[in-house]
Amino acid sequence: MDLLTPELGLFFWTLVAFLSVFFILRKFAWKPILNSLGEREKGIAESIATAEKVKMEMSQLKSDNEKLMAQAREERTAMMNEAKQIKDKIVNDAKEQAKTEANKIIIDAQQQIQQQKMAALTEVKNEIGNLAVEVAEKILRQQLAANDGQTNYINMLSKEIKLN
Amino acid sequence: MSCKRLFSLILLAFGLSFASFSLSAQEAENGAKTASASENTAEKKEDKKLDISSVIFGHIADSHEWHLFSMGETHVGFPLPVIIYNATKGGLTVFSSSKIAEGEDYQGYHLQRVGPGSMKEKVLSVDGDKIYDFSITKNVLSMLVSVVLLLWLMTSAAKKYKKNGDMKPPTGFQNALEAIMIFLRDEVAKPNLGVKANKYFPLLLTIFFFIWINNLLGLLPGGANFTGNIACTALLALLAFIVILASSNKHFWGHLLNPPVKPAGIKILLVPIEIMSLMIKPAALMIRLFANIMAGHIVILAVICMIFIFGALNKFIGIGFVPVSLAFSIFMFLLELLVGAIQAFIFANLTAVFIGQAIEGDHPDDHQAYHISEDEIIA
Repeated sequence: MDLLTPELGLFFWTLVAFLSVFFILRKFAWKPILNSLGEREKGIAESIATAEKVKMEMSQLKSDNEKLMAQAREERTAMMNEAKQIKDKIVNDAKEQAKTEANKIIIDAQQQIQQQKMAALTEVKNEIGNLAVEVAEKILRQQLAANDGQTNYINMLSKEIKLN
Repeated sequence: MSCKRLFSLILLAFGLSFASFSLSAQEAENGAKTASASENTAEKKEDKKLDISSVIFGHIADSHEWHLFSMGETHVGFPLPVIIYNATKGGLTVFSSSKIAEGEDYQGYHLQRVGPGSMKEKVLSVDGDKIYDFSITKNVLSMLVSVVLLLWLMTSAAKKYKKNGDMKPPTGFQNALEAIMIFLRDEVAKPNLGVKANKYFPLLLTIFFFIWINNLLGLLPGGANFTGNIACTALLALLAFIVILASSNKHFWGHLLNPPVKPAGIKILLVPIEIMSLMIKPAALMIRLFANIMAGHIVILAVICMIFIFGALNKFIGIGFVPVSLAFSIFMFLLELLVGAIQAFIFANLTAVFIGQAIEGDHPDDHQAYHISEDEIIA
């Protein structure tokens, strides 16, 4: 039974020690530590929430970016197509113009050639005429130099003249 | 996660204490020798039988001097202050216990065994005055050491938070402490006390660490058996009881004194049972801790004393039994380290459960508290 009878002295000192430990630790250890733990837990929760928010914003931004990129790509394609059309048009126009220009030049050239040909022909004709006249003159001079010739010629001319 | 952390902490405690175990074994051996030696001289070698129970209960009982070990006839230890309040004459007397260690009188006081066959020694007045003994005994000194340790450990951990700020990861002892605190908060305080957890949590923490550190100190070689002393557990249980009563609400007393049961006649049976259960709760707290720790000490000592019991039969049997006894006592020692933590946890947990029952009804989500107690009351 000795073990089961509490002694006053030990009881008293335990009371004093436990209560002082309780009050001292409550003020200087438990409260600060628990406050810190609470603060940290709050901080961590806030950080996680912020990270989540940032993640959401990032994904939002990313999808926005993607949308923008797609739009830009579309615009680029459209612009390219337009540019291509314009280029084709310009090239065709140029070709067309060149063709007409060339045709005009060819026609002009042909006309000029024609004209010059004509002029040359006329000149040649004139020249030939002159030559013929000269030749005829020479021949005539020679034939008419003699009397026989003059009479023959007169005869021939007179024979030509038909008096009907 | 926190369970694992707590477990590794306990393992660490095992490891540290293990190193000192060989000392403990030797110390107990010496104690046994001393006991048999003093027995021999006292009884003039009439009876060579070992008095195992006096060895064991000598180690377990409180004492006015701190006996460390004995080598043959020389006892190594130190005397402790005796503080006596004399109620008959009035006044406080303080002197060293070495003055009355050998049974002599000093200032009208002397040390006497409480009864024949009892190991308990008590300071008594020679004149038969009524005195109150407030001596710093072995248990008191051990407890004061634990208090200093506790204050130093906890405040130094708390300072780290101030130094490092709240968001820095905890390191070292701070980390271990934090793991335990979070475990207790989430597994003990919050489920039982709900929204009022913050109010009672400092008390639960103090109870837990106070009991735990004293359990561990008691396991040190030459340590005192403070938490295995009924005065200690009685005080803790009484404080718990006071807190339970102080925090109890109308709903609690309503259920206790006027239980809502259908045949009203059964209340005559139920109300006394309920009132008894109210008293039994702190009594169970008191006895559980006391019995667990004391039994642990007794078993370790008994296992070691087996060497000398067998040695008394035959020297060689005694030597042959050394490894068996050592293995047993190492096992028991490790078990006691575990029990030390578990009992501290159970005391804190049940205190929380009982307070939870007393404040139940303040908020509706508290009903689970009662179910937890049903399982754990067995432990």
